[in-house]
Amino acid sequence: MYAFNYHKPATLEQAKSLYADCEDPYFIAGGHTLLPTMKQRLVSPTDLIDLAGIEDLVGISIDGDELVIGAMTTHGEVAASSMVADFSSGLAQLAAKIGDTQVRYRGTIGGSVANNDPSADYPAGLLGSGATIVTDQRQIAADDFFVDLFETALQEGEMIRSVRFPGVSRSAYQKFDNPASRYAIVGVFVSEGNGEVRVAVTGAGASVFRNSDMEQALAGDFSASALNSINVLPDEFNSDLHASPAYRAALVKEMAKRAVASIQ
Amino acid sequence: MSEQETTVGKRVLRKEDFRLITGEGSYTDDINLPNQTYAYFVRSPMARAGIKGIDLRKALQSEGVVDILTGQQLAEDGLGALPCGWMVLSADGSEMKQPAHPVLANDKVNYVGEPLAIVLAESKRQAKDAAELVEVDYEELPVLTNAREAAVSDIQLYDEIPGNRSFNWELGEKEATDKVFESADHIVSMDIYNNRLIPNAMEPRAAIGDYSRGNQDYTLYTTSQNPHVARLVLTAFVQIAPEHKLRVIAPDVGGGFGSKIYVYSEETACLWAASKIARPVKWTADRSESFLTDAHGRDHHTHGELALSADGTFEGLRIKTIANVGAYLSLFASAVPTYLYGTLLAGQYKTPNVYVEVDSIFTNTAPVDAYRGAGRPEATYILERLVEKAARSLSMDPSEIRRKNFIQPEDFPYQTPVALEYDIGNYEASLDRAMEMAAVSDFDARRADSQARGKLRGLGYSCYIEACGIAPSKMVGELGAGVGLWESGEVRVNATGSVTVLTGAHSHGQGHETTFAQIVADRFGIDIDDVEVVHGDTGRMDMGMGTYGSRSLAVGGSALDRASDKIIAKGLKIAAHLLGVSEEEIEFKAPEFKVKNSNAAKTFQEIAFAAYVPHDYPDDLEPGLAEKAFYDPQNFTYPAGCYICEVEIDPATGVTSIEKFTAVDDFGKIINPMIVEGQVHGGLVQGIGQAMLENCVYDENGQLLSGSYMDYCMPRADDFPNFDVDLTETACTHNPLGVKGCGEAGAIGSPPAVINAITDALGILDMDMPATPYKIWQIISAQEGQ
Repeated sequence: MYAFNYHKPATLEQAKSLYADCEDPYFIAGGHTLLPTMKQRLVSPTDLIDLAGIEDLVGISIDGDELVIGAMTTHGEVAASSMVADFSSGLAQLAAKIGDTQVRYRGTIGGSVANNDPSADYPAGLLGSGATIVTDQRQIAADDFFVDLFETALQEGEMIRSVRFPGVSRSAYQKFDNPASRYAIVGVFVSEGNGEVRVAVTGAGASVFRNSDMEQALAGDFSASALNSINVLPDEFNSDLHASPAYRAALVKEMAKRAVASIQ
Repeated sequence: MSEQETTVGKRVLRKEDFRLITGEGSYTDDINLPNQTYAYFVRSPMARAGIKGIDLRKALQSEGVVDILTGQQLAEDGLGALPCGWMVLSADGSEMKQPAHPVLANDKVNYVGEPLAIVLAESKRQAKDAAELVEVDYEELPVLTNAREAAVSDIQLYDEIPGNRSFNWELGEKEATDKVFESADHIVSMDIYNNRLIPNAMEPRAAIGDYSRGNQDYTLYTTSQNPHVARLVLTAFVQIAPEHKLRVIAPDVGGGFGSKIYVYSEETACLWAASKIARPVKWTADRSESFLTDAHGRDHHTHGELALSADGTFEGLRIKTIANVGAYLSLFASAVPTYLYGTLLAGQYKTPNVYVEVDSIFTNTAPVDAYRGAGRPEATYILERLVEKAARSLSMDPSEIRRKNFIQPEDFPYQTPVALEYDIGNYEASLDRAMEMAAVSDFDARRADSQARGKLRGLGYSCYIEACGIAPSKMVGELGAGVGLWESGEVRVNATGSVTVLTGAHSHGQGHETTFAQIVADRFGIDIDDVEVVHGDTGRMDMGMGTYGSRSLAVGGSALDRASDKIIAKGLKIAAHLLGVSEEEIEFKAPEFKVKNSNAAKTFQEIAFAAYVPHDYPDDLEPGLAEKAFYDPQNFTYPAGCYICEVEIDPATGVTSIEKFTAVDDFGKIINPMIVEGQVHGGLVQGIGQAMLENCVYDENGQLLSGSYMDYCMPRADDFPNFDVDLTETACTHNPLGVKGCGEAGAIGSPPAVINAITDALGILDMDMPATPYKIWQIISAQEGQ
């Protein structure tokens, strides 16, 4: 790790003004990606602006028909929230499966979403629920937010304030862990509600994506067996020491079936 | 005087745990010396390259830099290379070949991570910053990482080593074995790869070198399993200092598994650098450095063949192994794929003809040396896989084929065709007990139940043997060891009757502070809390050979038993004088020296006091009550056992769940069953980890792909079921404690049990470790495609 300046603003305005004034600033949320990367000296911000002191960014609430989770809310808080469990069982399952206890106590939804790691869990939860990302400047639909490998629709300096989840009638998340890192080799989030079925897949490709074949099949018949005839194409799927594209494709189908079976 | 309750054989809680689990331990990195500097190593990013030049100018200007030292200065100071301590001869009688293993690479680097300069600075960060400014002009050279390819490659890594081969070693009767194969009813063969592993001790390696200019004294604090051996290597071979001027302290050490036996570049360079700048030099590896540079384990390519008669009797075993030793021969690297491997291939069986041939091959990878089990897991793996395959090929029950070929209790002592003489064992007893515990008789019903749920269930056996208590000196000397393999122990009875025990063995998780205290406390009939075990400091105990090869109790514990004998012998003389009788009339019945057939007695404490306050004392006896003993056993010890693994596989994902794992071991006499169980559990986790999770992978350029926990799969608690463990007992015949050793058994015996279970579930005969979900899914997909 190189030396850097550390700031802990108490308000969003202070954070933004610091960001504007620093040479090469990074916002830091839970730090579970940024700090290891800094320790390996792969990034070297001049200034870290810690968002942990901004109270407005933390908390879970219901606003009308929507569940609102503040950007700095930890995975542990989401996993333990009865409000979340009542609202979306899939989201609660997802948060409980991120990393390990230590990670869940520090890692945040905003940090995870902004980073858009191809094997992170939350992107599947957001895209699979049809969530909206609320930034300090605008609202972005999940469908438009996750652009590519570690790339999102966020502009330079734009900050996530919260994520808004619409109510769905049922949802589930099934994850197949990388045995070493316990990130998702494949994770599939399935939801039904608001007149649509969503199937979002993380881990398999460069960025989270929806599988429209499965969504159509499930719209007609929301059952695991409706997915039997789906052929998941491994084209452009990730390949590494732990899984080939073909294995990932098989897992996408299997995880989707298991997710549906758990709520059908 | 009430009798003190004995402790041997009981689940005494570990004396060291309060310190270790409350953060009160003192590891090397916890130690800070006044005025210390921090070291960071410049390491090669390439697997093989010539060094055309090293430009230090920018780095030396960097803030906080004290000095930067390179291999050139090291050579100018006349320091030697890091040695390999075990000479192995090739089949043609020639000595093994090895490249010089420089402390800091000078003109060439041979694996990624090899150090070539040590940066010394006022802080660790400053040292790291400066290291980035060191400019090295590399000339890339072609790379070999796979030993099987390196053995036949046109690329020659070292000018003086044709075929990249260190040695071609053999053991056993080739002609007789070949002849058996010509006429055998059945021959079962297989090619296996014993996957390469990275040790991953919880505490990374660390060192602090210190030098006193006034006395020319050197002190090295380091993460060593054998500080006296480190002292010997650094003085006699590397020649940093005379032996009497170097003190090596290995304080609390957080795990070793073999990787901390060796003397590495880093501690050597820290000690040398401390003398150059006359300030302490501290280095602690980060986890990435541990992955790259701790000596790795295993990495064998083996072709094995088993010849059987029509009724399943083993007639011959023929093994050809290519062992990857990495870029240099580490301290005991040559012994691992030879004397710790080939000698174990008889296993628990009466196979009359065994022949093994090993090619030891250099590659551009980190050095490979002993890792928990060291050679014995590799031997057990190929043998037990072949035996299981033979059973399936001959449609015999896997337990029956083993039973049929076991060495029987009446056969001991048993001379194997591969040099060892087993002193004692009862292999059928552990097999029977394991089968009972594993409920093998109901397995078919469990398999049917799995099948009904769409799952695949399998059962696998492994009957292992190991040679441990690594010694005796005479035998290892004949086999090429550069050192003796005794152990030393000292028992100092203090004036108040408490006891300080000094041992040359080193505890880095094994619990010696408890087990050794149990042995001594029971001998004298005193409270275990009145016995303090001291280890890990060449300044406090004279000599030692350290801890590896499950030797500490069998060799080091026996030394303490002998030293205790001497204490009692002297106590008898003192008591005789104090009680006014002849020595022959005194007997020691812990805790009292008493006159036979009389009430007259002196307590152990009274004798101790008299020894140090000798106002009334025998004329012909020295005061004091402290005795030393060196113990050099007559033979290895031979722990053995039977492991049974039961798995269930989910064919949709390839995920394997271990439903039941049964381990029945014969470790001889047991000092502390709780510590033994802990050792078995840890060994099983590492062995099952090898079988299912862990895999060290280099790419074709010699870059370590599995260089962090993101890709190298360390076993976690939730990967395992509760283990069902039990013991059978045949006492070792040749050490005073009747003990054999338990540290490595789990890692040795478990991999073949797991793979035999998984192949049974999948209905196949061969597959390589690690059996990851991905690999199993590929096998199932291929089966479905057929």
